[in-house]
Amino acid sequence: MNIIEVEGLSFDYVTRDEEGNEIERNSVLKGIDLTVPEGQFLAVLGHNGCGKSTLAKHFNAILTPTEGRVLVDGIDTADEERLFDVRQTVGMVFQNPDNQLVATIVEEDVAFAPENLGVPPAEIRERVDYALKQVDMYEFREHAPHQLSGGQKQRVAIAGVIAMQPRCIVMDEPTAMLDPKGRREVMKTIKHLNKDKGITVVLITHYMDEAAQADRVVVMDKGRIIMDDVPRKVFSREEELEAVGLDVPQVTELANKLRKGGVDISAELIFEQECAEAIAALPKKGELRLPQRVELDERVKDVDGIIETKGLTYKYSVGTPFEKTAVDHVSLSIKKGEFVGIIGHTGSGKSTLIQHLNGLIKPTSGEVFADGINIWDKKVNIRDIRFKVGIVFQYSEHQLFEETVAKDIAYGPKNMGLSDEETEARVKSAAESMGITHLLDRSPFELSGGQQRRVALAGVLAMDPQVLILDEPAAGLDPKGRDKILGQIKHYHEQSGKTILLVSHSMEDIVKYATKVLVMNKAKLFCYDDTDSVFQRTDELAKIGLDVPQITRMSHILKEMGTDIGNDIYTTDRAAERLLALIKGQNK
Amino acid sequence: MIKDITIGQYFPGNSVIHRLDSRVKILLDILYLVVIFTAQSYTGLLLAVLFIVFCYILSEIKLVMILKSIKPILPLMIFTGILNLFFIKGETPLFQWWVITVYPEGIRMATFMLIRVIALIVGMSLLTYTTSPIMLTDAIERLLSPLKKLHFPVHELSMMMTIALRFIPTLVEETDKIMSAQKARGAELDSGGLIKKAKALIPVLIPLFVSAFKRANELATAMECRCYRGGEGRTRLKQLKTALRDYVALAIMILLLAAVIVINFVPILP
Repeated sequence: MNIIEVEGLSFDYVTRDEEGNEIERNSVLKGIDLTVPEGQFLAVLGHNGCGKSTLAKHFNAILTPTEGRVLVDGIDTADEERLFDVRQTVGMVFQNPDNQLVATIVEEDVAFAPENLGVPPAEIRERVDYALKQVDMYEFREHAPHQLSGGQKQRVAIAGVIAMQPRCIVMDEPTAMLDPKGRREVMKTIKHLNKDKGITVVLITHYMDEAAQADRVVVMDKGRIIMDDVPRKVFSREEELEAVGLDVPQVTELANKLRKGGVDISAELIFEQECAEAIAALPKKGELRLPQRVELDERVKDVDGIIETKGLTYKYSVGTPFEKTAVDHVSLSIKKGEFVGIIGHTGSGKSTLIQHLNGLIKPTSGEVFADGINIWDKKVNIRDIRFKVGIVFQYSEHQLFEETVAKDIAYGPKNMGLSDEETEARVKSAAESMGITHLLDRSPFELSGGQQRRVALAGVLAMDPQVLILDEPAAGLDPKGRDKILGQIKHYHEQSGKTILLVSHSMEDIVKYATKVLVMNKAKLFCYDDTDSVFQRTDELAKIGLDVPQITRMSHILKEMGTDIGNDIYTTDRAAERLLALIKGQNK
Repeated sequence: MIKDITIGQYFPGNSVIHRLDSRVKILLDILYLVVIFTAQSYTGLLLAVLFIVFCYILSEIKLVMILKSIKPILPLMIFTGILNLFFIKGETPLFQWWVITVYPEGIRMATFMLIRVIALIVGMSLLTYTTSPIMLTDAIERLLSPLKKLHFPVHELSMMMTIALRFIPTLVEETDKIMSAQKARGAELDSGGLIKKAKALIPVLIPLFVSAFKRANELATAMECRCYRGGEGRTRLKQLKTALRDYVALAIMILLLAAVIVINFVPILP
């Protein structure tokens, strides 16, 4: 039995002028055929703008086809009489959890759909309690949404859909705005609903590890379906995926590298457990000498840093029962020209820490030095510090406000009191660094999300700060957009020699770009050292709850099975090199 | 933290006052208003004050909260107090100094007005302290429902109030973030004259509006997905039901009103 049937679906976005004449036609979907059997967990992959969200909106009649038709449980979605039957059968969950919750109390929100459907109050109560228990949020039923974390809010949004008793749930990038913990919670909920409750799930995502858990993966590009198979078959086609701006799980990448090295291993590995098992089963001809563990040196005593903190402590709500230490006696020294990655889970104090570095937050105790100046000294104008130490916040595109991109980038330099010529030169060079010179005369509000993000970044670069702090610059972007923006930041670092601090949840990103790593845990500085030295302690990092790369998890499993390839595995290149040495005896 | 601001200052509880039907509570509050403005003597006012203190004790809301609710209107109270004190004229001045003449009537009027305003605010606060915002909007919707016949959009109005209450904390947090981002770009948000300050707010307000519109758009789609189609045929999770206690409360309030009216005619105290 198919819950969704799509036949020859095409969809055009039509822009019309005031008189209703067509001025632009944008073909988004081109002849899609797709059937989703009841009970399936289907993942839809594709870069931003490939049409996957538009396709999802056809599944519950938010959009109706320009050509072709969509059947939901046999009902044509174009049939307006049965609109609410369609929407009850297929529920939708969107990316931003905040923009889906209607009521001020969790249980009132979950009740919203059954209330709209005119369900009797006693039954609403039952449905609400059931739905909240399914997403493990029952104990939060009387909380206000703004008191919850992102992952919790998203689970409430899912409960709000479950309360309609749908047979299928379509989720449009439900984890894109969440931290690793929130992502895990939501994925667990999705799998529970699919496996235990038999609800069909269509998951639209950028994350390969999420798609790997599905029964089937559909890959879209330019409004067409280009691949449709089980995850391991799809991911074995690494080169084709890369061509459309997607990546594959790290263990698949590793298997491909080993195969290229002449090792007889399946190309269809997607999970760390099966990969470790396959590697453990291989005959090993060589021997592996692991590099000695380097003793850690915290290097706090340095005094020539461009950014320094001494005993930096910040407490919220001092003197009340809610007193909480967000940053606890952090002393560090960051040298000029370094590229430092900052990791730590949500609530570890990393965001609070970085806001101290340009004086947005005043420490409760301790000192902050920028370029040798105590920034809270009475003689110091704090604005001068902010021009020296630039911060680009998470979702920085939300700060854009001017009519044109050029004017927006000029906002910072103008605040500095620079001359018009100097401002113009700064705008030009910042736009070049971010590859947006062709957009300077456009309105920032008509750009794509990735472009807006780069404009916001250029706005801070134009102040030509000595230190650039970036908070999750790649959050919510697809793999291609992420690589592009991080690549440009790296290029800027190499060109300008400026100091860069990059905050990220993704260790994969950090290891690719940073030369040093700072780890925050429970408001304290856990360690600050060279990338290699920090990642020699991957087992400790995993223990404090950080999301270590898949390849690292695989190496830990392999070690438990008796094959130790070292504690410093965080790239597939290194894993492949060690394994080839071990299996083939190809010692360098 | 800015995130911890509670809107409407609702303190969940399970007291008799909490459990009163929210529609009845609004009616009671309106009646209480009438009582306060009907009372022409200290005795009448005292009765009303005793009554509201008794309600606070019943509601298990800490009496400190009374002070907290008065705090924001303190300047206004002082201002009206001074006006009454200096400008009410009587026959024999109590004392004279420079251009100021104070009559006993002035003192009497000032104290009387002060007690009246305090009793008023404290009574209104009890309603928001003991009723969740959603119950309040619900009650307003039901109380106004006769207006539906006049094509007044009662349901839409209450839906708008609910959404506003829901999004105020979100937007407050967002404002905070945008302000940090613009400050990091050298914005001076808290210095300079009025015009300079207003101008400096543009880089905060525009992104805030853009984001609010985007949120509204997404919320509308999400509501459609959850089969929203207006107030027609809608049921509610929490039903408003009147119980015996509601009638008892109404009866007590009407008695209080009657007592105050009687006292007005038979003054025991000045």
